[in-house]
Amino acid sequence: MLKTLPFNKLNRSTYLWLGAFALILLPWVVGAGGGNYWLRVLDFALLYIILALGLNVVVGFAGLLDLGYIAFYALGAYSYALLASPHLPQHFHTIAAAFPAGMHFSPWFVAIFAIMLAALFGIVLGLPTLQLRGDYLAIVTLGFGEIIRIFMNNLDRPLNLTNGPKGITAIDPIQLFGINFAKILDLGFIKISGLYLVFYLFLLLVIGVAMVCLHLQDSRIGRAWVAIREDEIAAQAMGINTRNMKLLAFAIGASFAGVAGVLFSAFQGFVSPESFTLWESIVVLSMVVLGGIGHIPGVILGAILLAVFPEVLRGVAEPVQKFLFGHVLVDVEIIRQLIYGLALILVMLYRPGGIWQKRGNH
Amino acid sequence: MSFLLDVTNVSKRFGGVQALEQVGVQVPPQSIVGLIGPNGAGKTTFFNVITGLYPADEGKFLFDEVPYSPESVAKVTKSGLARTFQNIRLFGQMTVLENVMVGCHCRSKAGLLGAIFRLPSTKREEQAIRDKSQSLLAYVGLSQFADMQARNLSYGHQRRLEIARALATEPKLLALDEPAAGMNATEKLELRELLLRVREDGKTILLIEHDVSLVMGICDNLTVLDYGKVIAAGKPADVRTHPDVIRAYLGHGAVS
Repeated sequence: MLKTLPFNKLNRSTYLWLGAFALILLPWVVGAGGGNYWLRVLDFALLYIILALGLNVVVGFAGLLDLGYIAFYALGAYSYALLASPHLPQHFHTIAAAFPAGMHFSPWFVAIFAIMLAALFGIVLGLPTLQLRGDYLAIVTLGFGEIIRIFMNNLDRPLNLTNGPKGITAIDPIQLFGINFAKILDLGFIKISGLYLVFYLFLLLVIGVAMVCLHLQDSRIGRAWVAIREDEIAAQAMGINTRNMKLLAFAIGASFAGVAGVLFSAFQGFVSPESFTLWESIVVLSMVVLGGIGHIPGVILGAILLAVFPEVLRGVAEPVQKFLFGHVLVDVEIIRQLIYGLALILVMLYRPGGIWQKRGNH
Repeated sequence: MSFLLDVTNVSKRFGGVQALEQVGVQVPPQSIVGLIGPNGAGKTTFFNVITGLYPADEGKFLFDEVPYSPESVAKVTKSGLARTFQNIRLFGQMTVLENVMVGCHCRSKAGLLGAIFRLPSTKREEQAIRDKSQSLLAYVGLSQFADMQARNLSYGHQRRLEIARALATEPKLLALDEPAAGMNATEKLELRELLLRVREDGKTILLIEHDVSLVMGICDNLTVLDYGKVIAAGKPADVRTHPDVIRAYLGHGAVS
């Protein structure tokens, strides 16, 4: 019956064109309705998608519970913050002398550096934890995430490397073909905010990262990861070098976060250790679990939902409380954590595979 | 006479329990050798030792006339010794076809860049893996379940899938740990057909099995373990009348 209906005759490419068209229009709709504030939310949502897709490689594909994932994001963010801001030249004469015009490494160069740095740290984290599984792995990775954050927080003495809790400011914005993404772009007939350009740039990266994930999933490597997740001993019995495959998962997941970190610090212009707390790791993990662990479209959905939701709440919770009680009774942040917890419990109870799970996983 | 697998003097101790004591098993090429014995005799431990899951305390290991030290399960599989598990260990969330495709892992080589960029060589290899896996599913009679999740298969089919998955690693020797456990009479007959076909196709089988009629019917040689020691070895007809074997299975009174 259904097969005779016309909408099923629409082929894949029609859907793709429609989807692309909708995505191109999206920032203009959001910008018109919500202004720069919501454009910013949208841009951050795209960064979160990259993070969630990266964590999904580790947790979703290879089944390695990682609670310190945000540390790799921090590594990327601080790499760019240090290499493209006045901070280091201000505090080290030798660096100031070596870069008389100031340190202004291109974000694309730093992104490549951050991929390698984060992948290296992924392997450093993976090596001692190869024998660990589940809860035990989670505890070690949690510790790793905190160690990185605490380092960032305290490396302002004796040498001021990271400026401690005050963070690093005046980081160079994203630039491409001479266009500064932090300014307003004047095309003569129209002036557009750099936030639109950031959206398209991040969107391209999200598409790239999603493609890499899809290709990996349907490859010999992706199958090996899932095999390890399902039964490590049986995976070994298939001739899979489980050690190398696990390290590869850690390295690839970490490298996505490294890139996202570089973009984050260039977009925000400011980084501080506060952005890389355990809570952030938990938020990204929640995106993966809530959306559909191991299922790429589900993970993307989860990232969008959890990135946009707090902003909606911020806009709704305070006015509603003021209207009802005359003043704010419960802090928005507390309501947010409450709803996160509730949402996770409900999903675990009723849809353990996530909101948008793989076909056949019930 | 040359053997495909020639293992001698294998000992393994778990704390105070001597699980294996100077065990030796010889498997001639293109034969089916059965490893039998009462529960707890050490059969599965022996399997785990020769496939590298547990390190042996001592022992001499020859595979295809080359000494090997079973230290890593993955390396043993690569050298051509594949196994199945007594407690079925399929990749439950993957489809039946994907399970077999995982088995092709150690005979394929697409790397990270090949996978990310879908290079032509990777695409060709991927197609070859798919074709090979499909023909293996046909071989064990599971083609119609190819897209089903492995954990939803019936028990007997799960055991056959484990065999197909092990065959995908292109082994010379297939080590099966109780492949007929939990099967009904029809499934056992089908399994018997399958095992004979595998041998005809040039593979060698080492088999742990409790089902006496199956073992007696298809094995060329038998080795009997009891309390971690070999108590008898030889042709099935000789082994079944061996007094130590009868004693091990039926008790002292049964011999006299």
